[in-house]
Amino acid sequence: MVRVDKELDARRILCPLPVIRAQDAIAGMQAGERLRVVATDPGVKNDIPAWCRINGHRVESIIEENDEITITIEVDGLGTAPSSQH
Amino acid sequence: MNKQRKAISLISGGLDSMLATRVILEQGVHVEGINFFTGFCVEGHTHAIRKKDRKKPKRNNALWVAEQLGIKLHIVDVIEEYKEVLLNPKHGYGQNMNPCLDCKGFMVRKAYEWIRQHDFDFIITGEVVGQRPMSQRRDTMPVIQRESGAGDRLLRPLCARLLPETLPEREGWVDRGKLYDFSGRTRKPQMALAEQFGFREYATPAGGCCFLTDKAYSDKLVDMWRHRPSRDYQLDDIMLLKVGRHLRPRPNFKLIIAREEGESKFLEGYRKQYLHMHSRSHPGPLVLIDGDVSENDIELAARIAARFGQGREAKEVALELTDLQGESRTLRVSPLKQEEIAAEWYV
Ligand code: SF4
Repeated sequence: MVRVDKELDARRILCPLPVIRAQDAIAGMQAGERLRVVATDPGVKNDIPAWCRINGHRVESIIEENDEITITIEVDGLGTAPSSQH
Repeated sequence: MNKQRKAISLISGGLDSMLATRVILEQGVHVEGINFFTGFCVEGHTHAIRKKDRKKPKRNNALWVAEQLGIKLHIVDVIEEYKEVLLNPKHGYGQNMNPCLDCKGFMVRKAYEWIRQHDFDFIITGEVVGQRPMSQRRDTMPVIQRESGAGDRLLRPLCARLLPETLPEREGWVDRGKLYDFSGRTRKPQMALAEQFGFREYATPAGGCCFLTDKAYSDKLVDMWRHRPSRDYQLDDIMLLKVGRHLRPRPNFKLIIAREEGESKFLEGYRKQYLHMHSRSHPGPLVLIDGDVSENDIELAARIAARFGQGREAKEVALELTDLQGESRTLRVSPLKQEEIAAEWYV
């Protein structure tokens, strides 16, 4: 089981809110840490990876089970850490 | 040494902001995108909800555009602050409940706050003179600059040559000669520029960037306001206006009736907040009751709900009514006839 540093419950909210919540959670995390997001809007399967790609984070896994989607993200995992994170 | 200048671009997901951003990127400026979520944005919501749409690929156009351009995108939740814009727009509403001019001023003001916090130099938007009846007129463009506080740190690359010089132009951060002079409602110059940049695929929002430009949506919003003591709203309220059929048979309550399984499922999430019912004797949709209801109202609501289930022609339909405490009871009613559902009940 991989170590997860922060968990985010984004169930029952619709895109783009899960993306915004993930973005805000990551803003307070360090490179290399992991965030796990649990969501129910299937839109997150596209939107969270897209947001991660453009902001330099790596999606480690997307698991879908019983209408719940669990996404694990490695912060700055693409090694393109932006210079001006907020 | 020239300092690397930085701009934030208001990304809506449409073609114009995509082009404006690209024009400035071409000039060697560092650009990042910003997108504001008001709660009314046209997103994949209804797709996420309606089952029949679930198979279609969904994407957030703002994210997609940012990725095409290779820029970062910051999405900002402005749901709370936006209420003031929508409830009391100084410049009023457009054709529907869209307060476009105040909205643009608000977004540019937020972007201006952002650039000051993040040490960026200027703001760009995809606005084009004369394109939109309200917010993009020659006489309203200075209003946005003034009321947002951004002043001449606001640059509109697609029509800059028709407007007074701005700070980035005066300082030589961008070359005014390489900006554009688009105006009017024609989309031809934008399409030609898209072609030139090799943008083959882009979203073309019809009316505007949000649900407030939509008549059916605006009607439901106005109906909600008219029947509540206050116009204040929560995110759930405005989300629910996007889902289901809304019928108001009496001034004191309305029904939200799921149109298909996906919507029923979505509405199930609101079972703790609303009195609700579903048919037990026949397959039928989940129905939420919004308002304070008497026993008579409940019976009418049940008869309407029965009409929208498969027991619509049955003599009697049994429905389960559940209150906010989770207590249920069974109601037996005869479904209303088609002709008894008044057309004006539909919101
Ligand atoms: S269409 Fe909606 S989001 Fe766009 S400017 Fe008008 S009110 Fe604002």
